[in-house]
Amino acid sequence: MGALATSRDAPATGRAAAAGGFVAGMRQSLFVAAKDLRAEIRTKEAINASLAFAVVILLLFSFAFDPSEDQLRVLSGGLLWIVFAFAGTLVLNRSFARELPNDCLDALVAAPVPCSALFLGKALANFVLVLAVELVSLLVFGIFYNVRWYLQFWPLLLVLVLGTWGLTVIGTIFSALTVNIRLRELMLPLLVYPMLIPALMAAMQLSTQLVNGQPLSADVAVWLKMLVGFDVIYTALSLVLVDTVLVG
Amino acid sequence: MREKVIYALGVAAALLLARNLYSIFMVLPDEASQGMIYRIIFFHVPAAITAMLGAFVAAFASIMFLVTKNFRYDSVAVSVTEVGLAFLAANLVTGSIWGRIIWGIWWTWDARLTSALVCWLLYAGYLMLRHAIEEPTARARIAAVFNIFAFADVPIVIFSIKWWRTQHPQPVFWGGGSIDPAMKSTAVLNLVALMLLAAVLVLIRLRQEEVQREIDSLRRYAHAVV
Amino acid sequence: MTAVAAEGVWKFYGDFPALRDIVLETEAGSCLALIGRNGAGKTTLLRILAGFNRPGRGRVSIFGKEPRDTATRARIGFIGHGISVYDELSAFENLCLFGRLYNLADPAKAALEWLARTGLERVKDGLVREFSRGMRQRLAVARAFLHGPSVLLLDEPFTALDDRAIAMLQTLLRDALATGCTIVMSTHQLREALELATHVALLNRGRVVFHGERTAEMAADPGYVYARYGEG
Repeated sequence: MGALATSRDAPATGRAAAAGGFVAGMRQSLFVAAKDLRAEIRTKEAINASLAFAVVILLLFSFAFDPSEDQLRVLSGGLLWIVFAFAGTLVLNRSFARELPNDCLDALVAAPVPCSALFLGKALANFVLVLAVELVSLLVFGIFYNVRWYLQFWPLLLVLVLGTWGLTVIGTIFSALTVNIRLRELMLPLLVYPMLIPALMAAMQLSTQLVNGQPLSADVAVWLKMLVGFDVIYTALSLVLVDTVLVG
Repeated sequence: MREKVIYALGVAAALLLARNLYSIFMVLPDEASQGMIYRIIFFHVPAAITAMLGAFVAAFASIMFLVTKNFRYDSVAVSVTEVGLAFLAANLVTGSIWGRIIWGIWWTWDARLTSALVCWLLYAGYLMLRHAIEEPTARARIAAVFNIFAFADVPIVIFSIKWWRTQHPQPVFWGGGSIDPAMKSTAVLNLVALMLLAAVLVLIRLRQEEVQREIDSLRRYAHAVV
Repeated sequence: MTAVAAEGVWKFYGDFPALRDIVLETEAGSCLALIGRNGAGKTTLLRILAGFNRPGRGRVSIFGKEPRDTATRARIGFIGHGISVYDELSAFENLCLFGRLYNLADPAKAALEWLARTGLERVKDGLVREFSRGMRQRLAVARAFLHGPSVLLLDEPFTALDDRAIAMLQTLLRDALATGCTIVMSTHQLREALELATHVALLNRGRVVFHGERTAEMAADPGYVYARYGEG
């Protein structure tokens, strides 16, 4: 076979890919994720907008209801996840849109990386960004509304991780689905929120208890299963279908 | 040929509906506790079942499109979803009217109502997504993927909301409740009538969809010639 | 040995066939110029050959394998309309990223080597956003060659290039051909393309209306193919 003089690596490529397909795929996912995070940290276009949006919604809540302790006990989980979902969409909207300007998506799809690995990488980057926005929002929420959310920190973090993964998986695959569509930015929330309702509902139920410093009661803990189930089903479905989405 | 099938089915649906309406309003007595308004259930429940069946057919057609790339399946998916959405809307509206009379409120965040509304929004999203994509092949592919996601969400939505709260009356027909056989047979007959109606609407929509695709390809030919 | 082959490829937009029964075969080490008007289907065909889209009917193969096959993709280099590098990353970071995605043994070394070959080593840490148009184009070329592809699929590679980049690309392509690389390129710049091409295929409304060796007449008169085999 003919290859350029500089490309002694090329034959090795085939072997490496064949040998450790899964490991190679995971590594490539991490490269894609690192690329997205680096680009985002440089421009901060999504994360700044998302954070500012989160703070504005948190502020608006204070006018929507009387921010007393009783009210917050009931509402806090719901409020938080509304903030997370709204602010998260701003990050997710950018995810595949970021690949558009120079036809970068072509280069990614052309690379010897399975589409599922690309998807996983982009979802991972989104997950980190959305989770960061959520943690900052939580901090601001605690200060604004005098809520001691840190009393149940680890269980709360678990709920955040599971809920955010659901949000990012759906958001990332739909970001890929809508990447070439006019009105992309309007479309994504319309598609994402109805689909997310089960996950958001579960996360809201769980967070309300935890944010108020109570340990999870047994009847609420079943929502953890629901959240895990949602994440597993949609992660699997996305990994299977992403190739159909990206390669027409 | 297809024209004749549509007419025949349409006539059958109309006759059966007329017969059922006569039976519902003239023959069957008022129900003991609800009175007159219970009759809405003869439309409320069959509409829900028809819509549900539509979701199944649409999911099947979407998967088949991705496997075969045959546009007929895409046309089936969109036709069935549109008609199903209309039936689900009928279900929501009749339920709301019933709730206003019996519960005194138009809407309540009960499990069934909420899940029906969420499903309605999901499939409305499917139609909006289709609307936003110009090119038929990409549209069919993207919409099929979305349809599979939406269909997977339906049971999750229903079960999760059921855990959350239930205030809807237990199903009268298959939920073990006691029911007059005459009412049951009328309900079944009306289910058949509504399904026939749905089939007619789907067939008409299907033809529109195919004509639409032909027009689109002719337009592309015209642009290619210029 | 056949490097790039299309066997009865159709591509549909709805019912409209954008490509109709395309049959092409390119021997390893040859250079095929795809010519034809805008909208003739050149880009669509190249994207299918590169594995970005699947054909509606028929099949394409690169060295006898599916283009979506992971190992096959490592052998393809593609230049499309966009430069396919990230504005927010530096030139070096961009090449390193793609080097890693292509599983190169030493991505940094390959990146530096190609930065040197495209005359970008001085600005290797500059963000692509700040690059001039010509520099961006050269970086795009470096990205496509980075992993040492044995098949190059180029969509209008000379369009929007400045003189220096055209000269550079021509040299690179000539070297590639000399080492046995196969090239398929679509182009409007007939003069540049026909100098390199060993074969020519003329597309018209999604059909191949001529496919054969590039003859001396074609090189002498770029309009020859159009005049001889018609535009319809």
